[in-house]
Amino acid sequence: MKILVAVKRVLDYNVKARVKADKSGVDLSNVKMSMNPFDEIAVEEALRIKEAGKADEVVVVSIGVSQCQETIRTALAMGADRGILVETDQEIEPLAVAKILKAVAEKESPQLAILGKQAIDDDSNVTGQMLAALMDCAQATFASKVEVGDGKVDVTREIDGGLQTLSLSLPAVITTDLRLNEPRYAKLPNIMKAKKKPLDVIPVADLGVDIAPRLKTLKVEEPPERSAGVMVESVAELVDKLKNEAKVI
Amino acid sequence: MLFGEEHHALRASLKRFVETEINPYVEAWEEAKIFPAHELFKKLGDAGFLGITKPVEYGGQNLDYSYEIVMAEELGHIRSGGVSTAIGVQTDMCTPALAKHGSDELRQDYLAPSIAGEIVGCIGVSEVGAGSDVASLKTYARSDGDDYIINGSKMWITNSTQADWMCLLCNTSDEGGPHKNKSLIVVPMDSPGITVGEKLKKLGGHASDTAPVYFDDVRIPKRNRIGQEGRGFIYQMEQFQEERLYAAAKFLSQVEDGVEETIQYTRERQVFGRSVLDNQVVHYKLAEILTEIEAARALTYLATEKYINGENVTKLASMAKYKMGVITQTVPSACLQFFGGQGFMWDNYVTRVFRDTRNASIGGGTNEIMLQIISKELGIMPSKQT
Repeated sequence: MKILVAVKRVLDYNVKARVKADKSGVDLSNVKMSMNPFDEIAVEEALRIKEAGKADEVVVVSIGVSQCQETIRTALAMGADRGILVETDQEIEPLAVAKILKAVAEKESPQLAILGKQAIDDDSNVTGQMLAALMDCAQATFASKVEVGDGKVDVTREIDGGLQTLSLSLPAVITTDLRLNEPRYAKLPNIMKAKKKPLDVIPVADLGVDIAPRLKTLKVEEPPERSAGVMVESVAELVDKLKNEAKVI
Repeated sequence: MLFGEEHHALRASLKRFVETEINPYVEAWEEAKIFPAHELFKKLGDAGFLGITKPVEYGGQNLDYSYEIVMAEELGHIRSGGVSTAIGVQTDMCTPALAKHGSDELRQDYLAPSIAGEIVGCIGVSEVGAGSDVASLKTYARSDGDDYIINGSKMWITNSTQADWMCLLCNTSDEGGPHKNKSLIVVPMDSPGITVGEKLKKLGGHASDTAPVYFDDVRIPKRNRIGQEGRGFIYQMEQFQEERLYAAAKFLSQVEDGVEETIQYTRERQVFGRSVLDNQVVHYKLAEILTEIEAARALTYLATEKYINGENVTKLASMAKYKMGVITQTVPSACLQFFGGQGFMWDNYVTRVFRDTRNASIGGGTNEIMLQIISKELGIMPSKQT
């Protein structure tokens, strides 16, 4: 079985995002970029499935500028077998991402596609769902446990108020939640080997996918600053403030 | 020195290792006054981090020293200086000479398992009467057929209560003078006649075990000698170069973490209606400190680059360690000052940085010895010292 994992290069989770002066977006010049943490979980899960003998190959795909190769190499250093970069300088919206992934999936014919549930830059949380719809296959989002069986996969998902377990027939799309696993640190020999693993770069035009933007960003703003808190003297005063000032109880 | 993609990947991986396998446990280790060396070294060994520059035949990666510097810098972010020092003992203090000059058999028996993290090593150089003055050490290995019989003692030996072997520097002859009568010998720590003393109480580095080691007629086969007899002092001086570069890189990271915490704290702490950081005396000082750290780092990189190119870096490595030593003597104290009363509290991380880095200008050659070496290298040392 082949597993396709999508990884996105995003602003590192430790870096404080700064809005550009013209409010057109987040300033990404000279800041540390890393793999989207949910995608790291997706790579980890794919590797665990392979290590359990239930998959033969883990293919990592990323979409974006040339530097996304570094993100792919990170996944290769973790243990993925090969990478594909669909190269473009254009900003790619989730629908276009899903279409590109579908085009890649048509070439690669994976039985399973694993994606992060969302990317920490735009928090869209739609790509996996769109991909499943376009591929007309089963989907399980927000996975907290994945068990691959014969021609099927059982996925436990985190839903409001509890856990739900779905049994999907393959091929299927899974998106990962935070508690699915803890991604490994790359071992040094694997870091050095990653350079030699195959990484194909495909210009986005070669896939013949409509990536024209559908969305228009009006403006991007910093979240409002939190105002200073107040200290209260007693529980009674707290209750009074919650009741009469904040009006939350 | 330029870092490439692999350096960044190694850095990212080590960062995760430190965050998941080490930092969550350091408080308990500090409390216990010891860390589980075998358990941690096995994990480090499995990840290939203990043999970065070592030969491939023995499980190493045979990479140049720039990768080891990345490792030292990341281990500097361990929130317990004793742990990073203990790892440095294994990678850069007790193994470089063995890797370079040891016989194949000796490397198979001690280097390979040390790189794999299956055994723990320590380095036996200092003695009660010979720290900086290495040449005057007294521990003696007497020749007896195919064996040496060792008598004497070593002091301040980090990792010693857990170590499986020691890279021991001792006299093997009375002739040839103090620089030509010594040898490095691999000594299994379970050899009859070895006693490890009580763990020493230290100002800092609390998570690591440091103790004296006593030798009473310890019989060791001569094939355990590293390289040639009488070359031990020279090998040790070579071995010191890596130790000094490692120390410079590692301690600078730890100090910088302390400075970062100081910036955060002073930004939030209000005095006289504004943050502590808003006072010019504070932010100017912090700007100066970070400039000093960056300059010392640049010097460390320069020395490393030349070392990689095969140049003699005795002067530059000593300068890098000296400069780092000055920084560690002064900067943590300045940070602590900016914390005010909080800076005197035991559980504050800057006070740990203050304690843990105080040894940086002592261990691995004191700052005074660094100045002596630099003076010699510069040719400005008086020919006869009084």
